[in-house]
Amino acid sequence: MSREKLIVRYNAAERINHWLVALCFVLLALSGLALFYPAFFWLTGIFGTPQLARIIHPFVGVLMFVGFLRQFFRYWHHNLINAEDIKWMKSVGSVLRGYEVGDIGKYNGGQKGLFWLMCVCLLALLASGIVIWRPYFSPSFPIPLIRVALLTHAVAAVLLIAGIIVHIYAAIWVKGTIRAMVEGVVTYGWAKKHHPRWFREMTGQSGAKEPR
Amino acid sequence: MALQSQDILRRSASPTQPPVAREHKIEVAKLIDVTTCIGCKACQVACAEWNDLRDEIGSNVGVYDNPADLSAQTWTVMRYNEVEENGKLEWLIRKDGCMHCADPGCLKACPSPGAIIQYANGIVDFQSEHCIGCGYCISGCPFDVPRLSQKDNKVYKCTLCSDRVMVGQEPACVKTCPTGAIRFGSKEDMTAFAGERVEDLKTRGFPNAGLYDPAGVGGTHVMYVLHHADKPGLYSGLRKNPTISPVVKLWKGLLKPLATIGFAAAGLFGFLHYIGVGPNRPDDDDGEDQA
Repeated sequence: MSREKLIVRYNAAERINHWLVALCFVLLALSGLALFYPAFFWLTGIFGTPQLARIIHPFVGVLMFVGFLRQFFRYWHHNLINAEDIKWMKSVGSVLRGYEVGDIGKYNGGQKGLFWLMCVCLLALLASGIVIWRPYFSPSFPIPLIRVALLTHAVAAVLLIAGIIVHIYAAIWVKGTIRAMVEGVVTYGWAKKHHPRWFREMTGQSGAKEPR
Repeated sequence: MALQSQDILRRSASPTQPPVAREHKIEVAKLIDVTTCIGCKACQVACAEWNDLRDEIGSNVGVYDNPADLSAQTWTVMRYNEVEENGKLEWLIRKDGCMHCADPGCLKACPSPGAIIQYANGIVDFQSEHCIGCGYCISGCPFDVPRLSQKDNKVYKCTLCSDRVMVGQEPACVKTCPTGAIRFGSKEDMTAFAGERVEDLKTRGFPNAGLYDPAGVGGTHVMYVLHHADKPGLYSGLRKNPTISPVVKLWKGLLKPLATIGFAAAGLFGFLHYIGVGPNRPDDDDGEDQA
């Protein structure tokens, strides 16, 4: 184990930031789905009672947005989409069969796409969430706008939850990934295989194999 | 436990059948004949008295409307409007409040099981102990009726005196109306009586008189006789073709199955992919790499 060569991918502050946002997401998704699906109304119990869920949900939402904002400023410049990412996205079929495509930097096309999806969803959720937030803000808005905000909030939440399912599955599928967000490190082999350009940037070495 | 009516047609956020053992009830209706209303507000007082409501004393804003709007403590208000029709000044007075829609937008929007119910007789009633204060009903309502209380964050509106109706009495506003402008009975009888009133009005210079029982919300259990049924907007903005907003319908309708399919597809894909393709490991790993 001591011979293992490792690269730091996420420092402690980044990891704590990520898991704070993740915790907020889980609480928000469960209490939000409780209000969306009548059959899952019992999930409001995550906050104690249905009324408490209605009261607490938006405050947790603001906390999640603030946490995500910090992540946005940490990572946006790593998520600018380039030609290699387009190549990756077009070849997503072979990626899913386990092949690596493109000279990938810190993030691949899928991760970048998901990053921007999350940005759009979080922004939509915050804006619409304020409009539907009772008793504080809703009275300031006309009812037709509140209706649109209710629909927007639900659509953005559905997209975000679906996106997070993909995010979680990708972390489970690509072995060694969860360690990056728990312990902060990845192996040389992991970095070389999945993020060859980032590997070269971090180590100054060229990857053992040329990327396909 | 509260007394159970066991005649519940619809119950908010409840996918299964509510108790209907006594659903063989006659549909009721309150008929408000705007043409014989004198705007005395006795109905407002009777409503507050029977329902034991005490709104804050407001201030005179220079018009007859007082209080100026519905509130959590004011479940019915008279709305006054001066218009010129057929070259004559007309003072149109409408008693506003819950219309008790056959297809209630509030009930459709409500996320809390049993917070809004519709009895077999057509009355739409809020069960306040289940209300969570989200205000979705306010967005669902096509008539802008429910009001959120600042005090307890519960939403309130006219109950059509469901407690009185349940024991064979008419609503308090009906009981007190000095001109008989508000009537109560079976929806069938009220529709028939309204027909007579409309015929009478047509012979007396109101060719567009008619009954307001809008089909867009499946009909209502509070109906108006209007002198100008072709222009309900004259009566302080009564809507011509009220329906549940298509935005609310989309949110409470199509979006749910779409979301379910989306979540299920994402989850199922992950499961099948992992079982079918297997995990993605670095092929020349430098060390142990199990997360």
